[in-house]
Amino acid sequence: MSKIHVTTTVNGDTVEYLCEPTETLLDVLRDRLNLTGAKEGCSTGDCGACSVELDGRLVSSCLVLAAEAGGKTVATVEGMAKGENLHILQEKILEHAALQCGVCTPGILVAAKALLAKNPDPTEEEVRFWLAGNLCRCTGYDKIIRAVLDAAAEMRGA
Amino acid sequence: MNMTKRLRKTEGFKIVGTRPQRPDGIEKVTGRALYGADLSVPDMLHGAVLRSPHPHARIVSIDASAALEMPGVRAVVTSADFKKQAKFFMQDTLDNCMARDFALYDGHAVAAVAAKTRKQAEEAAAKIRVEYEILPHVTEVEDAMKPDAPILHAGRSYRNIPEGNNANVTNYVEFGHGDVEAGFKDADLIVERSFKTAATHQGYIEPNACVASMGPDGRGELWVTTQGHYMVRDFCAPFLGLEESKLRVTPSEIGGGFGGKTTVFLEPVALALAQKSGKPVKMVMSREEVFRASGPTVSSWTDVKIGMTRDGKITAAQAKLRYQGGAFPCGTIALGAMTAFAAYDLENVQALGWNVMTNRPMQASYRAPGAPMAIYTVESVVDELSQKLGLDPLEVRLKNAAKKGTKSSYGPTFSDIGLVATLEAAKNHPHYRAPLGPNQGRGISCGFWFNFGGNSSVSLHVSPDGTVAVTEGNPDIGGSRASISMMAAEELGIPYDKVRTIVGDTNSIGYSDTTDGSRVTFTVGIATIKAARDAIRVMKGRAAKVWGIDEDAVIWEDGAAKPSGPNAGEFPPMTMEEIARNAFKTGGPIAGHYEANSDGAGVSFGVHLVDVEVDPETGFTKILRYTVFQDAGKAIHPAYVEGQMQGGAVQGIGWALNEEYIYGADGRLQNPGFLDYRIPVASDLPMIDTVILEIPNPGHPYGVRGVGETSIVPPLAAISNAVSRAADVRLCELPMSPPRVLAAIDAKG
Repeated sequence: MSKIHVTTTVNGDTVEYLCEPTETLLDVLRDRLNLTGAKEGCSTGDCGACSVELDGRLVSSCLVLAAEAGGKTVATVEGMAKGENLHILQEKILEHAALQCGVCTPGILVAAKALLAKNPDPTEEEVRFWLAGNLCRCTGYDKIIRAVLDAAAEMRGA
Repeated sequence: MNMTKRLRKTEGFKIVGTRPQRPDGIEKVTGRALYGADLSVPDMLHGAVLRSPHPHARIVSIDASAALEMPGVRAVVTSADFKKQAKFFMQDTLDNCMARDFALYDGHAVAAVAAKTRKQAEEAAAKIRVEYEILPHVTEVEDAMKPDAPILHAGRSYRNIPEGNNANVTNYVEFGHGDVEAGFKDADLIVERSFKTAATHQGYIEPNACVASMGPDGRGELWVTTQGHYMVRDFCAPFLGLEESKLRVTPSEIGGGFGGKTTVFLEPVALALAQKSGKPVKMVMSREEVFRASGPTVSSWTDVKIGMTRDGKITAAQAKLRYQGGAFPCGTIALGAMTAFAAYDLENVQALGWNVMTNRPMQASYRAPGAPMAIYTVESVVDELSQKLGLDPLEVRLKNAAKKGTKSSYGPTFSDIGLVATLEAAKNHPHYRAPLGPNQGRGISCGFWFNFGGNSSVSLHVSPDGTVAVTEGNPDIGGSRASISMMAAEELGIPYDKVRTIVGDTNSIGYSDTTDGSRVTFTVGIATIKAARDAIRVMKGRAAKVWGIDEDAVIWEDGAAKPSGPNAGEFPPMTMEEIARNAFKTGGPIAGHYEANSDGAGVSFGVHLVDVEVDPETGFTKILRYTVFQDAGKAIHPAYVEGQMQGGAVQGIGWALNEEYIYGADGRLQNPGFLDYRIPVASDLPMIDTVILEIPNPGHPYGVRGVGETSIVPPLAAISNAVSRAADVRLCELPMSPPRVLAAIDAKG
């Protein structure tokens, strides 16, 4: 079976790749584009560790075919910091010690960023339900929720 | 005097107790941190495992000829490609990685393939022809102990097994003291209950993964996500017939372990494929493989009988615990029997335990292994007694609490322990007095874990600019590089950001026991503090040499050498920076090191309070409020101590309410995925409040006790007690899923 040629935008850069029809966007990000920030925790869309934005929409990249990304824009955790400057969410996750092993952190960051773009002033409950698709086994979520609420407040103030 | 002060420090800390950012933080929030599956190397192959679809079968033959003809395939391995082991435990671990003669559970590895792509490897694995002779199977504790149960392996039982047990029963233990029968006679009320708990999985988000390469000269390289790279080496080297020092194991960042990554699964297989193919081989488990073939906990069936006087004094306590730990003998039962009554000061206590083999994957440690399911049963009965006698459950626990001088139920006499202080903190907390609404209940439970010490090595290098590089040998699963840097900075008297701590590979730092037993901040802490003292000794010597005075006349204060007093001479302080800058002129590079073999880890107690609301229509339980009280000895980085308390509590909430391994009558795991094996998500939970107590551990220079494991112990009973009070019916089985709670509500009529 021949490969599919795809042109897309990842974190602002135009990229091209050849992929198998069965390859997922997560496979291509990790194995062809060397962007290993998105993680494979389950490959069934249950854990959220592979979260990316596709045309501004939060998706599990393990459930998107790589061929579907053609002509769209993909945003991953690698695109969040600008040069030396971390995104406020990244700073707040560190400040609140809202990670232990850190493997869910890229997905949480991408998901939280998508939330705050939609809803800059979420309640605790809204943050909890938005992040319900991002599993974290280490923290019990407490510090993650606080970090996101704190980041939202700071972003509104900025 | 000075010496004592120097060896024990419990106040006046400058860095310990603050909350600096962790040294690996930037990598982890930017996606740059490399976990097990994130490494790729040139010319790498991919491995895939063929797993048994049968819970119990004899492997008659394996024919890999068709698989070897498939495109891209470079090697196939089976159990025949590994060395036979002399010790049972080693052979069992190897047999769990790759079935030898018998497939013992659904998902048991039977063969593995390496090919150019993962897809090719998976397609080839499916072409391996295995002829099985299917055997009868058993997956539940109570069934496996029956006289006519299918037997997994005969001849594996210890000699002390009481008569009347079948050959699946491998281990038997007894702990306790006094005369329980006499004690029960003194009781005003006796409650006797039978409990069951389901097996749960550690549920780390990062699946097991590694990259292996091997040369024909017997040298190997292994990159792996693990809690202990020396442990990985010490299993894999003999499995492959290698010399230990020729196999260098490098730990990746680890995406959660919780005990589950304290053994090997893929690692020896990847090495064997690399050896046979002559190429590097990467292996990554799917989530389904993680559930089917990496270690879950034991499941349990336990009878508890406790007698109490009208005023709440326990007169006698007895537990009969039966654990299944999967398809091989398993010693976790001893930890269950030892911990069951550890929170109490009892005159008459007895804990008996049996381990039984079943057709399930080999049990692996999970945070305080063996303790949560044991303490759950005891704390449930103590609560029921309190309720029936009209007593405050917290006062009853205070009345019977273990304290300094208590002869523990498992033998040793406790020294400085913090249970009473922890209970008092709970009693005085506003949570304990907050009003409850209809269908709501409050639960309490104590928890206990031993904590371990053991062996760890630390090297501390002073760079020419006076900054410090610490190398240690324990994978960092929860922020330990931060706490180790803090302890080094504290001891040296320099700022935290002048220290960088890394985890070295097996050939770059001395032996270190696995990151488990809540031992890292304790033991690596001791090694770090002593390595810093070793470096200080060297630096004082250098200053003495420059000043031309005796080494004993130099003291170390605030990151600088100073003359000990006017008699020693008049010299301005010589800073670490200055000593480091001149090091090559005064005797060469400056380093300190220490290889710890530590004891005195200091047991840890916790108390959890939880409020729940049970929906009488659906049986659904909502957690309304949760507070964790725990003795940390000394919290080096309080935010990460809180993180351990919160994370353990939430894992316990999952265990209590949702999580369970479900085997069908066909012996196959029914729910090997996060959709059907449901771990807690953010919307299931409230904030988890924490209260850290600091009752210094005399065994650590700063008073540290391990904090990682105790927090998973109390939630099971705390929630069960809350649900039982909210629904006004005693729940005796975990998880308390809505159908189970609803059935209990309906049964009471």
